[in-house]
Amino acid sequence: MKKLYSAFSMILAVSLAAPVLAGSGPGAGSDPAVGTGPETTQAAAAGVILIRNATIMTASHGTIKNGSILIKDGKIAAVGQNVNSPDPGAKVIDATGKYVTPGIVDCHSHTAVDGNVNEGTLSVTSMVRIRDVIDPYNPDIYRELAGGVTTLNILHGSANAIGGQNAVVKLKLGRPVDEWIVPDAPQGIKFALGENPKRSNFQGAAPAQRRYPATRMGVEETIRDAFDRAKDYKRKWNEYEAKKASDPNAIPPRRDLQLDALVEILEGKRMVHSHCYRDDEILMLLGLGDELGFHVQTLQHVLEGYKVANEIAAHKTGGSTFADFWSYKMEAYDAIPYNAALMAERGVVTTINSDSDERARRLYLEAAKTMKYGGLSEEEALRTATLNAAIQLGISKRTGSIDVGKDADLVIFSEHPFSVYTVPEMTLIEGQIYFDRQVDLRQREALKREKAELIKREQSEKRPGGGRTEKKDEPDLRPNEPGIDQ
Amino acid sequence: MRFSRTSSLLLAVGASTLVLWAGSAGTRAQGPADSYVIKNARIVTVTGPVIENGSVAIANGKIVEVGKSVTAPRGARVIDATGLSVYPGMIDSGTEIGLTEISSVAGTVDTTEIGDNNANIHVDVAIRPDSSHIPVTRVNGITTVLTEPRGSLIAGTSALINLDGWVPKEMILKSPVAMHIVWPGAEVRGGEFAGFERGQRSIADARREQDKKIEDLKKILQDARAYADARDNAAKDSSVPKPDMDLKLEALIPVVRGQMPVVIQAGTERDIKRAIDFAGEMKLKMILSGGTEAYKVAETLKSKGIPVLVGPVLRLPQNEDDPYDTPFANAGMLSKAGVKIAFQTLESAHVRDLPYHAGMAAAFGLPREEALKAVTIYPAEIFGVSDKIGSIEPGKIANIIVTDGDPLEIRTQIKHLLINGHEVPLTSRHTELYEKYRARP
Repeated sequence: MKKLYSAFSMILAVSLAAPVLAGSGPGAGSDPAVGTGPETTQAAAAGVILIRNATIMTASHGTIKNGSILIKDGKIAAVGQNVNSPDPGAKVIDATGKYVTPGIVDCHSHTAVDGNVNEGTLSVTSMVRIRDVIDPYNPDIYRELAGGVTTLNILHGSANAIGGQNAVVKLKLGRPVDEWIVPDAPQGIKFALGENPKRSNFQGAAPAQRRYPATRMGVEETIRDAFDRAKDYKRKWNEYEAKKASDPNAIPPRRDLQLDALVEILEGKRMVHSHCYRDDEILMLLGLGDELGFHVQTLQHVLEGYKVANEIAAHKTGGSTFADFWSYKMEAYDAIPYNAALMAERGVVTTINSDSDERARRLYLEAAKTMKYGGLSEEEALRTATLNAAIQLGISKRTGSIDVGKDADLVIFSEHPFSVYTVPEMTLIEGQIYFDRQVDLRQREALKREKAELIKREQSEKRPGGGRTEKKDEPDLRPNEPGIDQ
Repeated sequence: MRFSRTSSLLLAVGASTLVLWAGSAGTRAQGPADSYVIKNARIVTVTGPVIENGSVAIANGKIVEVGKSVTAPRGARVIDATGLSVYPGMIDSGTEIGLTEISSVAGTVDTTEIGDNNANIHVDVAIRPDSSHIPVTRVNGITTVLTEPRGSLIAGTSALINLDGWVPKEMILKSPVAMHIVWPGAEVRGGEFAGFERGQRSIADARREQDKKIEDLKKILQDARAYADARDNAAKDSSVPKPDMDLKLEALIPVVRGQMPVVIQAGTERDIKRAIDFAGEMKLKMILSGGTEAYKVAETLKSKGIPVLVGPVLRLPQNEDDPYDTPFANAGMLSKAGVKIAFQTLESAHVRDLPYHAGMAAAFGLPREEALKAVTIYPAEIFGVSDKIGSIEPGKIANIIVTDGDPLEIRTQIKHLLINGHEVPLTSRHTELYEKYRARP
């Protein structure tokens, strides 16, 4: 039954994605047949799209009323009030009365991680990689596209002081997962401080789950120790490199994948994204970075960042926080919804992230809360879920705002994106439509029929050890019972 | 009076830099009610037409007059609401407010008793008036919440509380409100904790355990009915022995007599249908809570007159192949079918987001006026207090918010807040920490 269910969700994912990839959409006439292959995307990629008559919130240079965006080869070719397509064959999307924003960039996600997000057996797991465990059929991918999300920073969990390597991806549902990885995104890694790495809330856990560190002091020593080992390791490699030209018998050090990643941090080639809550641990990590020679690219959650915003800003470290989530554990008790605004006021590049498959679907509304709490301007608020996240991830040259030359990662909203009544209607990544609400609505009946067909087939199948009866109260015959595959 | 309120407000703000643990924020109601006139407001009465440029008169905790012009009560404080709107305070139909502070710290959590039958548990004795969640919630326009116990099977009774008062008694609007039953589920997996799956059982085992729990529940209610009959018989005839007091069965008498509603929490279509059949068989006055798949049972809910406490709306779909917007669209589909709905967050720290649950439902098909009613007058009707709260009408308790716009919109700011006819400062633990650290050089 589980197999059938997974098979169905695969069909669902592909059948929802493929037709829109093929370039259908409002006004496309009839829906392409379910199952249209992703091969067709290449043809569409070469196409030209003109989005017309929209209110364009650029996130970089204000709002353009009655504006148009010209998309060519997946890039934004022109944006402004007097933009037309020179190509008469261009696909035209009339967005009269609608709003266009950059695609949402979620700076803290665990979406589509296949299995556990934590390699929780060690306190330093810098060798494990999220990019190896992305499940491209996870249903939350499509759900997030339907919330305007185009780019994710998929992070390892927060069980370890030094966690695994991240993956910055675009949600190119239906395309091979290798194509999701943003090719020029700097590599990153997850660190974690406070209650999670010290396992405060796991006291009842089996003895096997208890391990060093158990205090914030131990967390600091764990990180320090790892970097000291990395420095020794690097020194040995340097010595070997210096020696090998003159000494053909020089023996290279044994490759250590855990320490390789830490050396990359020391060399500025890998960004640290650190989970943290309290002001003391934030200052600890910034200080440790100063001492050992590494930069902290972003502080994640950073719910007490507002208390030490001066220090965070002085380190040119970004803050990626929740809009108004608090009080779920002791270290989140001083969290305030004004955090983002206070950090931003002090010069910290600030984002609102989801850390949740559910919140990710409405990050545009979470961003609006920074206007309510602390009075960020509309554009500053929009940046917390777009441009600033792209800056924090080192990909702002290609995404995060509506500027000529950037990837055409865009969302069309029915109303102002900060209105609770708005509906994301279309999501584009690099000029391809990955979500179209009209297509989604039209396909619902067909998918229902297809599901019924699959269930019928499953029910009529013979099973080993005897035939399957059609007994009415046979519990296994109820595939719509959610317990089965949750 | 005015002097003392102002000075205590100053005191509260000053003290905030020292007192961080306690929910010190805001002064609460003191002494006899003040009287107010809110003038020049756009008054969204909810139950009647919108009054442009109108006034509301408030005295002794109640709304005394609403209209284009009103007679100011003696000594009334004037609130000029030019450019602003008046709405009734919002109501969350399912919360844990007052019972919990920090969900991961067991010592601060009083939501859930041990055992399957806790009918005698009542939340009114454990509500902490000084919880920091209370000011945090009310400053976003939520003035009344249903605080309910959690648990398995029979969790106990809930209370409706106004979010201001020195002691629980001043806060409680109605208690008990309803008996809360958590419908036994048939989950196959025990869920995930710290990355480890907690047990897995076969569907058949899960169903068997569910059936057994439902039988247990039936037996408890049958016992309660027998107990109630025995009590009645003993009262009528002194020769009949009086049964020994049983607090659990005693608490269930109004339930089995159909006098007290039963809030049954169920999510899936299958569970909802079984719960409806069960309530019919046991002659319970049912209210459905949660109801993630209630839209699939809308016709039955409508025909049996069962209201639904919808929510949380901001959640993922029940099944992986559900349309992506199903939890958002659920309320709209129920409303269209004629089912009475109200919204709940099932939260404590995040009850302040109640309007956005309602707003999201409105984005996906629920008419906006209905969304507003589902956080004001509809819950008041469902809980039997529509004579007291839920609209701007004379005679009702003055739970009022003055806003610069639609309270369901995120960017709207609350400008004045009145609970039980007192103006309550718009401060909370969060505004205090904000002010404190904003002042850091």
